[in-house]
Amino acid sequence: MTAQAPDIRSVRARRSFLQNVKRTLASAPISAWFGMTVIVIYVIAAVFAPLIAPYGEAEVVGKAYQPSGPEFWLGTDQIGRDLFSRLIYGARNTVGIAFITTMLSFMIGGTLGVLTALKRGWLDQGISRIVDAFLAIPVLIFALMLLAVFGKSIWMLILILALLDSTRVFRLARATALNVVVMDYVEAAKLRGEGMGWIIFKEVLPNILPPMITEFGLRFCFVFLTISALSFLGVGIQPPTADWGSMVAESKTLITFPVRTFPYIPAPFYPAIAIALLTVAINFVVDWFLHKTSGLRDEL
Amino acid sequence: MHPVLKTVLQRLGLGLLTLFVVSIVIFASLELLPGGFAEAILGQGATPETVAAFNREIGMDRPATVRYVEWIGGVLTGDFGYSYAGLGGSIKRSVTDIIAPRLYNTFFLALMTAIVAVPLSLMLGVLAALYRNSWYDRIVNSVTLTTIATPEFFIAYLLMFFFAIKNKWFYTLSTVSGSTDLWEHMYRAALPAITLTLVIVAHMMRMTRAALINLLASPYMEMAQLKGVPRREAIVKHALPNAWAPIATVIAFNLAYLVVGVVVVEVVFVYPGIGQLMVDAVSSRDMPVVQACALIFAATYILLNLSADIVSIVTNPRLLHPK
Amino acid sequence: MSSEKKRVKGESLLEISGLKIEGNSDGVWLPIVKGVDVSLKRGEVLGLIGESGAGKSTIGLAAMGFARPGCRITDGTIMFDGIDLRKASEEERRELWGSRIAYVAQSAAAAFNPAHKLIDQTVETAVRHGIMDRAKAEADAVDLYRRLQLPNPETIGNRYPHQVSGGQLQRAMTAMAMSCRPDLIIFDEPTTALDVTTQVEVLAAMRDIVEQFNTAAIYITHDLAVVAQMADRITVLRRGLEVEQAPTREMLKEPKEDYTKTLWAVRSLAKEESISDDIALRIHAVDASYSGVVKVLDNVTVQLPRGRTVAVVGESGSGKSTLARAITGLLPPSKGEIYFNGKPLPKALKDRDKDTLRRIQMIYQSADTSLNPRQTIRDLIGRPIEFYHGIKGAARDRKVAELLDSIELNESYIDRLPTELSGGQKQRISIARALAAQPEIIICDEVTSALDQIVQEEILTLLMKLQKDTNVSYLFITHDIATVRAISDEIVVMHQGKVVQQGPKSQVLNPPHPAYTELLLSSVPEMDPDWLTNLLASRAEAKVKA
Repeated sequence: MTAQAPDIRSVRARRSFLQNVKRTLASAPISAWFGMTVIVIYVIAAVFAPLIAPYGEAEVVGKAYQPSGPEFWLGTDQIGRDLFSRLIYGARNTVGIAFITTMLSFMIGGTLGVLTALKRGWLDQGISRIVDAFLAIPVLIFALMLLAVFGKSIWMLILILALLDSTRVFRLARATALNVVVMDYVEAAKLRGEGMGWIIFKEVLPNILPPMITEFGLRFCFVFLTISALSFLGVGIQPPTADWGSMVAESKTLITFPVRTFPYIPAPFYPAIAIALLTVAINFVVDWFLHKTSGLRDEL
Repeated sequence: MHPVLKTVLQRLGLGLLTLFVVSIVIFASLELLPGGFAEAILGQGATPETVAAFNREIGMDRPATVRYVEWIGGVLTGDFGYSYAGLGGSIKRSVTDIIAPRLYNTFFLALMTAIVAVPLSLMLGVLAALYRNSWYDRIVNSVTLTTIATPEFFIAYLLMFFFAIKNKWFYTLSTVSGSTDLWEHMYRAALPAITLTLVIVAHMMRMTRAALINLLASPYMEMAQLKGVPRREAIVKHALPNAWAPIATVIAFNLAYLVVGVVVVEVVFVYPGIGQLMVDAVSSRDMPVVQACALIFAATYILLNLSADIVSIVTNPRLLHPK
Repeated sequence: MSSEKKRVKGESLLEISGLKIEGNSDGVWLPIVKGVDVSLKRGEVLGLIGESGAGKSTIGLAAMGFARPGCRITDGTIMFDGIDLRKASEEERRELWGSRIAYVAQSAAAAFNPAHKLIDQTVETAVRHGIMDRAKAEADAVDLYRRLQLPNPETIGNRYPHQVSGGQLQRAMTAMAMSCRPDLIIFDEPTTALDVTTQVEVLAAMRDIVEQFNTAAIYITHDLAVVAQMADRITVLRRGLEVEQAPTREMLKEPKEDYTKTLWAVRSLAKEESISDDIALRIHAVDASYSGVVKVLDNVTVQLPRGRTVAVVGESGSGKSTLARAITGLLPPSKGEIYFNGKPLPKALKDRDKDTLRRIQMIYQSADTSLNPRQTIRDLIGRPIEFYHGIKGAARDRKVAELLDSIELNESYIDRLPTELSGGQKQRISIARALAAQPEIIICDEVTSALDQIVQEEILTLLMKLQKDTNVSYLFITHDIATVRAISDEIVVMHQGKVVQQGPKSQVLNPPHPAYTELLLSSVPEMDPDWLTNLLASRAEAKVKA
């Protein structure tokens, strides 16, 4: 028997949802605050990109490789586009595409995962075996191969990554749902004679939501990094679309003569920092969320 | 049959089956393209004659099952077919010849990384678990979290910037060839290896820590403490015999991760390995090379996970000593 | 440890005074133990008894100078044989642990290292502390195994923990604790996880060996009848404070505090038996199995009269919960028939119509898992009203309020979530949910076994009141004989998937019994300090006769 805290439930008054949010936020550590601030800034940049960016996304506005100054805050790239503007648009493109991909992946993987956990039987067996085979190939390698077959287009990229990633989501959704499905309240609903719709949406889904939200953050980071890596490798988001991964690749030669920017940051580092900052921010928030929801969880 | 042997054989069988299924998936991906691969690669303007000629050239005119059997048969004897690069010309380039030296280079890099990264991260992870919630643990937690969240190419460029450009300790490009001697090869592969080490150590350390904390929290560890067994002895005698399975899983997972990590890092440092080869082949849609690379990556991945599972099976007391 | 002086009974061994312990919950330190004194003489056995949250296990560990991670000792002194355990260094405490103070954990299956043989773990302490060499320690371990009546004492040590049964493992752990002949052993709920028939053997073995070596012990449990067999003196704890303390016989005869009496509240309940021939549910010659091979139910025939309570009693693995699954259609019987109001019931759940489902409701052991934590009380109780009777909106809410009233809960609970209620309140909500369907039969699967005694009594009383009001029939599945006595009209005894006996309560509980019923009933500890002694004597006698 573990040590038990005295029963304080009886004296605790009900708090409203808003009060709970306020309390939770007030107890957030600095790292989580930092993470949330960064995420909000990125979302604003992505949504209002055309209003914030001084120049157009693919607009050639100056000479190539101009240093930073009042006209071009971060200088210009190899064909004379404003780097700062492209960085802002990059938020919209890279983050947006990663978000759509992750959403799609969760819709496919999450639905199938919950469904198979409830239904079991041959459907579960079949899907689980297929997913196992997919899990045996690393996502990046599989994505590379499929992109070679189907060619490089944004929608193909989204579709391929969403499908590959959904196998990982499927596994988690199924495992989480399996923990809930064995609960007596699901059995009670079955005994009552409830239909599949009620059981999924009223009994199971509300209970697997918290872990799935955390997982969404982590999967988003993974998808986002994979898209960036593919773009960096030249097979992801294609020019002239402003995208952080390909921006690093395009300007990588600038690393060898880093004289034009102040304070001495080579041009390829801006988009790279933009990527890293967002994933670090999300990880900080997720880390805090994990501690919050399970107290002692010590996994990745 | 002894349960351990039985379970190991079952697991081996499952591994072979997975390999088989994966090979089918890799082979079949080419068949999925609506309108056929030839049309996609030759463009819409291609006449039916050129498409047919191309299909004949790459063998697409015959049934898929026949081609799969030929392909997998070749793979099993080390023959991956011919690259599209020499297609139509008089000199056909064998995929095996293209891959072999590159594969050596990649394994060289991976081995170099693993030799440093595995012991280092196990050590750091064990320390973090033992001194849980100490300053060391907290700092390590933040640093590794940041490292994991950073794209590999950023870490690679940072290292290149500081150690090859600002300080000219290493080369910016890790070009090696068959004639490069061992020490030179190691020196030139150092920056890519350090990049990979940083990434792997971050992942692996966190996983080691989590696995160990889980183990140390088990009731039999508390019992050992209450029996008066000193902490160090309890860890060696009581935790370690139960730790092989989680440790093997952590190592296999991260070596598998390494397999993927090489792709980006090889491209950054222009290191002539199989990852860079695959990216080039994807760009030029040289499918035999792409499929060969994918199969090699997948097989490595599967074998690593398989070995971890086998370690877990043979160290499981419940299987070793059946009722 | 051979010094005669140390074994003299009566000399003070452990003195704990003003002990305060806090536990960390969500970053806040809350008091668990709020100033408790414990004193123990050599060779004396002290029982620490209390319900969940009393702090008894925490005190037991503190007697070793140990606090679990997440707990801290904030105040008080712990003196063990002149050594201040709070001031002692880690090194000094480690010297004591295992050799002079030993610990027996609740779950032996978890506390034994799965990777080592029993013998290696038994002798570890003695060899480590340099008390015996390995060969001598092994011979001694075999002797202890024999004294603890383990089967094959010479060879059982070569087995691994997962290779022996739970009861054997618990005795092996006692042998491990005894290996250094400690001055003090802490038994932390050592029989709670065991079935009653196994419990008797383990209790007898533990009591015997403690007596043989004149070891002092602290015996922690929530079961007063169990501790009465073991302890010379009993301390009752509640919410981290001592309620009262007295020698065992005195406390059982006339407890000073009202709270102490509630610890056997269920035993004071006894329903007047009432027999009826109006059969609501008849289970006839039913077989059921999970994998299709092993029969979990074997030719089971049970009758449930209308408006009455049939208690199904048995140990783990007896098939009593499987019977519930067969009736509800979750596990369709492979053979036999179930008649509901004289008509055969469709075997599988999916073949039953809504009205049939409504008439048979179920209540589960744990309200924590049977009430969806994301639904409010309004949704939980309101759903069956809406689903079966089509009543919606304000009319439904009125019904919910009525039901809340009938389970003696205030209307204001309607918007609460289950997590905001106490264990007893949650179980009341489960009852209200079952009642909302207006059923003819309610299957109660161990509905009180997770609750404290006083709460159990309240729930049982409520169930009986509701039966009187609505004439509902209960099929009451339990392993606890006191509960059976309290609520049933008829009793079904099950063992290994078979019905051993069914009959009116008075008939089943009184001799002559079939052999298994006899074993089961006689193994239930009674509030009599001599119960175990008498039972062992009569069993030995019976053996001699045979």
